Amino acid sequence: MLNRREFLKSAGATAAAGALGAGFAGSAIAAPAGGHVVVIGGGYGGATAAKYLRMWSEGKVKVTLVERQKQFISCPISNLVVNGARQLSDITVSYDGLKGRGVEIVHGEVTAIDVAKRRVKLADGTALDYDRLLVSPGIDFLPEEVGGLAGNEEQIPHAWKAGPQTVLLRKQLEDMKDGGVFALHIPKAPYRCPPGPYERACVVADYLMNHKPKSKVLVLDANPDIQSKKGLFLQSFNGRYKDMIEYRPDSALRSVDATTRTAELEFDKIRADVLNVLPPMRAGRIVDQLGVALLNERWVDIEWLSMEAKGAPNVHVVGDAIFPAPTMPKSGHMANQHAKVAAAAILNLLAGQAPNPDPLVMNTCYSFVDATNAMHVASVHRYSAEKKTLLPVEGSGGVSTAASELEGKYALAWSRNIWADMLT
Amino acid sequence: MKLATACAVLLIVGATATAQAQDPNLARNLAATCANCHGTDGQAVGGMETLAGMPAERIVKKVTDYRSGELPATIMHQIAKGYTDEQIRLIADYFAARK
Repeated sequence: MLNRREFLKSAGATAAAGALGAGFAGSAIAAPAGGHVVVIGGGYGGATAAKYLRMWSEGKVKVTLVERQKQFISCPISNLVVNGARQLSDITVSYDGLKGRGVEIVHGEVTAIDVAKRRVKLADGTALDYDRLLVSPGIDFLPEEVGGLAGNEEQIPHAWKAGPQTVLLRKQLEDMKDGGVFALHIPKAPYRCPPGPYERACVVADYLMNHKPKSKVLVLDANPDIQSKKGLFLQSFNGRYKDMIEYRPDSALRSVDATTRTAELEFDKIRADVLNVLPPMRAGRIVDQLGVALLNERWVDIEWLSMEAKGAPNVHVVGDAIFPAPTMPKSGHMANQHAKVAAAAILNLLAGQAPNPDPLVMNTCYSFVDATNAMHVASVHRYSAEKKTLLPVEGSGGVSTAASELEGKYALAWSRNIWADMLT
Repeated sequence: MKLATACAVLLIVGATATAQAQDPNLARNLAATCANCHGTDGQAVGGMETLAGMPAERIVKKVTDYRSGELPATIMHQIAKGYTDEQIRLIADYFAARK
């Protein structure tokens, strides 16, 4: 007589998932199984996964989280630090809450992953063996795709990973003379946080209008149009900021000169006082250790029911690093939702059960247009067994009618709640 | 039961009921999609409504009223339209049972 685990193995977990799911439907919730899960990356995806694996397994699954930074610093809300309305300390959260959940935290860097041996190696020589691995590495930059950019991130900050870069960009804006030019370059989509660059243009313009009103904000977008909340951002660009913000679509950056802060486009050269370039992005480089081909040479292809990387068994990848489902944004909120799907799937798989056949995720992104007013975009995505991906639920989702103070309050409440959801 | 019979039953069930196949933790998983704003297990930490311990009927009524437009909202009317009646019921029962 085959037991459930053997049957799963012999039938092939994915092919059998539908029929087996029916077989499980009447069964009681299985007792959580043990095992060791290593999580790489303590951002929105990894921290959430670590917490929920501990919480949902009632402490039975051992979780080791490997993270380079000693504290979590949030990208969402970091544009308010650039604006001056918030300090870096306001967007910094300790990892102590996860320790309280029993998560073993290793502050280090993973340098190698051996998928066959189920082992990761750290820069200090430590090896960690796992039953399942969850990789949430976020993005890495490709500065070499813009001439003159690589190695010059002190002169030309990105401030697209929150931390010292955020503070640096803020300092450059404070030092800029009234009448100066702040130029912001947006790479071709997909990039981390679709509305984020337009939010940055608005909140920088807000700061400059209040303190350096003769200045200009120049948005150089490699894309043909605003990538998120277009109508809402245009309300600000053409409204309060119409004499300050100039938006230029189809403005791919060819090269930069770091000493003169000059941006070279195909037909134009722009000299800026503060030059903020978001470089092209790809999945965090550690995914190259998985030995799988990346989609568009940048993003990890995953199975949506388990969030397992195609071609890398026992390895689950979440967050900005994956090739997204249709209309799904690369956002911290979405990484948190991926992590919960992955955590649930990992616990089922450790217990010899198929993953949940009907996962659903939702996204909310708030954007500030000044220090107090914000607006949102929301969406809900449900698994389609036919398409084998998550699709937006018809009729759901949408955007604000206009930015408001009330949604500014909700945006900050969102940040407090999601930080607690992942880190306490 | 002989294995062949068991497999045949599984196949029939699988063929007719795949869409209804339900994870035993489906309610927990669905409720977790609300936690980003409403807190882990519905325990909000400030500025959002705590759902833990709220009577299930009240949650169902609020969400369906958001969905129909009867209850005005900034965002919940758009999110509520992404969930079926069955999903809302599962989520409501889950939060109602939290302390």
